[in-house]
Amino acid sequence: MAELRRPTESGVPDPFPYMHPLMKKNYGHWAWHDRPRPGVLHHVAQSGDEIWTVKAGTQRQMDVGTIRKLCEIADTYAEGYVRFTVRSNIEFMVSKADKVAPLVEALTKAGFPVGGTGNSVTMISHTQGWLHCDIPGTDASGVVKALMDELHDEFTHERMPNRVKITTSCCQINCGGQGDIAINVQHTKPPKINHELVSLQCERPAVVARCPVAAIRPALVNGKPTLEVDEKKCVCCGACYPPCPPMQINDPVNTKIAIWVGGKHSSTRSQPSFHKLVAAGLENNAPRWPEVAAVVKSILRAYQKDARAWERVGEWIDRIGWPRFFELTGLPFTKYHVDNWRGGRASLNASAQLRF
Amino acid sequence: MAKAMPKTPLLDQLESGPWPSFVTGLKRLAKAEDKPYADMMKDLLGQLEHSYETRKGYWKGGTVGVFGYGAGVIPRFSEVAEKYPASKEFHTLRVMPPAGMHYTTDLLRQMCDVWERHGSGLIAFHGQSGDIMFQGTSSEKVQGAFDELNEMGFDLGGAGAGVRTSVSCVGAARCEQSCFDEAKAMRRVVNAFLDDMHRPSLPYKFKFKFAGCANDCANAIHRADMAVIGTWKDDMRVNQAEVQAYVKKNGRKQMIDQVIRMCPTEALSLNDDDSLDVDNKSCVRCMHCINVLTKALKPGKERGAAILVGGKRTLKIGDQMGTVVVPFHKLDTDEDYEALVELAKKVVEFFAENALEHERCGEMIERIGLVNFLEGIELDLDPNMIRHPRTNSYVRIDGWDAEVQKWNARKKSAAE
Repeated sequence: MAELRRPTESGVPDPFPYMHPLMKKNYGHWAWHDRPRPGVLHHVAQSGDEIWTVKAGTQRQMDVGTIRKLCEIADTYAEGYVRFTVRSNIEFMVSKADKVAPLVEALTKAGFPVGGTGNSVTMISHTQGWLHCDIPGTDASGVVKALMDELHDEFTHERMPNRVKITTSCCQINCGGQGDIAINVQHTKPPKINHELVSLQCERPAVVARCPVAAIRPALVNGKPTLEVDEKKCVCCGACYPPCPPMQINDPVNTKIAIWVGGKHSSTRSQPSFHKLVAAGLENNAPRWPEVAAVVKSILRAYQKDARAWERVGEWIDRIGWPRFFELTGLPFTKYHVDNWRGGRASLNASAQLRF
Repeated sequence: MAKAMPKTPLLDQLESGPWPSFVTGLKRLAKAEDKPYADMMKDLLGQLEHSYETRKGYWKGGTVGVFGYGAGVIPRFSEVAEKYPASKEFHTLRVMPPAGMHYTTDLLRQMCDVWERHGSGLIAFHGQSGDIMFQGTSSEKVQGAFDELNEMGFDLGGAGAGVRTSVSCVGAARCEQSCFDEAKAMRRVVNAFLDDMHRPSLPYKFKFKFAGCANDCANAIHRADMAVIGTWKDDMRVNQAEVQAYVKKNGRKQMIDQVIRMCPTEALSLNDDDSLDVDNKSCVRCMHCINVLTKALKPGKERGAAILVGGKRTLKIGDQMGTVVVPFHKLDTDEDYEALVELAKKVVEFFAENALEHERCGEMIERIGLVNFLEGIELDLDPNMIRHPRTNSYVRIDGWDAEVQKWNARKKSAAE
């Protein structure tokens, strides 16, 4: 047998060999920036050097044809250097202002929308979904494609009060993370257990330990060791499903979509905040999820109309209050909005400050 | 005869509309009859359509890897392989990108070529983990794909209960607000943990992220077990002529409404001559005014980073933000960066020894308390670590005098 090749444990690659020469030259010595138009950034270095960045949306899951098309545009209209943002937008850097317009035109013509800067709705951050994940309740690429089709004009314009970051997640583990608006799977029924398979596929004590509400206990069914769920305690989070696939949580009817708002990572103005549940029970309606799109758009419209410049979605709601939020968006307020998890009482109004 | 394209009436509906369509890309790969992956991508499309029809996923994990590593490949075996045999194995290689996600077109083309030879031709830039995801190959082709990428200077990222792939913002490469060298910090720290990345044996995952300022473009505070977020210690820098030019151009009302009034600690005030009065002792370095007046305002010169520990998402006890464990870590000299690596090692070592199985760092701190954690990694307490002191009296304080002496001794030695 041929000897196996030992890996070179090289770790995170050095970015300098792949960096635009002006970024290398002025590394750590930039002076200021502005945005000449949506989708374009202009940075000026302390040396006086200037660089323009054109940002475009991609589908993230790209075939080699798409990547080569982006390379062709980068070589023809830009200078052969690109980078990606954490939200899968691609950025082309150029050293001359007059290269911007032809580059924007080439990208637009090839079907890559230019935008996503400043106070726009930028690309939705997404996860793997039905295409590749082992536990998804819905798809990710499809939800994002459907939503970004609807929000395309908000990506290419800067007409929101501040930037809007939307995220999606295909299970309640929520790989998509916090967002101004988060579109997340929410299961509504306990897992359906295949008792024949549990003892073959699952490390049962680890599954018991995984449950956040201690609803899982060992059991014997038809003489076989298995697990059972106290369905009254179960919060349908699906945490038992990854370590124990026979505890199927996904369901074509009862796996629903929920919308959360007001998540924010930055410490800018207000402190970072978690997103809050505002709508749930939405149909997991592939391939275009119209019910989800309708709720997202109604929240965006209310925010766009009512928020002040620079207020993020959560900051806007902090100012106007939740009664006004539910009034402006027309979303129903239910008992499920009231947090009863540990520490949940801290989210109640412990004051005589009221809004009418 | 070539395998027929599957019928995909649901996915077809995702080909219209102005946003680039991943379905069109998948079909392009499935129709590339001269390529080894065409049939695999036909069945992949078939299985995805089946998911859209039945609203369920059909992938299962397993154990697939490359020689010498215990992580970095995400194995996927189809549960419906009888119907879609050509994509019965569809594994992903997680590969770490250059810090800051910079690429030349030459590098991207090389990556495409590798993935046409060894995989499906489908690549994601990037996953939520921060990896380039080379998606879709069989068990037998994984090693060949990795060998080629590894020869090009690229290494597998993290998966499972180990140190994970990291992310840093664009930072010093193109941003005037950068308070440290994000790429250098990320490479120094992460590359010191490659054993914990490639051969995972921690209680659970551990993530580092690096953001150059409080705008936190790396989403570090909530998504990292250890977040390094740029800040400064001295006064922010003000170019009063540029402040006045902003007021002249945009008017006093905009300056007051969008800058002065939005300062979270009321540290700003507008002088009668339209210059800016900054109360730096009240400033919390939130970045808002600097974001608005990019020409007039800048972070100070004494730069470094705040270090926050314990950010995570839902499982198991609920969401947590990272909390401050070092208010200011100077990041200037090589020694400063080395000290950051040493601190990271202490945190990970303490986590490895003290966390329960499947417990994240933040959950461990929740269970044992911040003070025990700080003592474990030998860090001094600081009022910047809390929002406010305790509000309940259920605490035993018979060590009070000794603690006061410690505080006074620290203050005295800092003053000397």
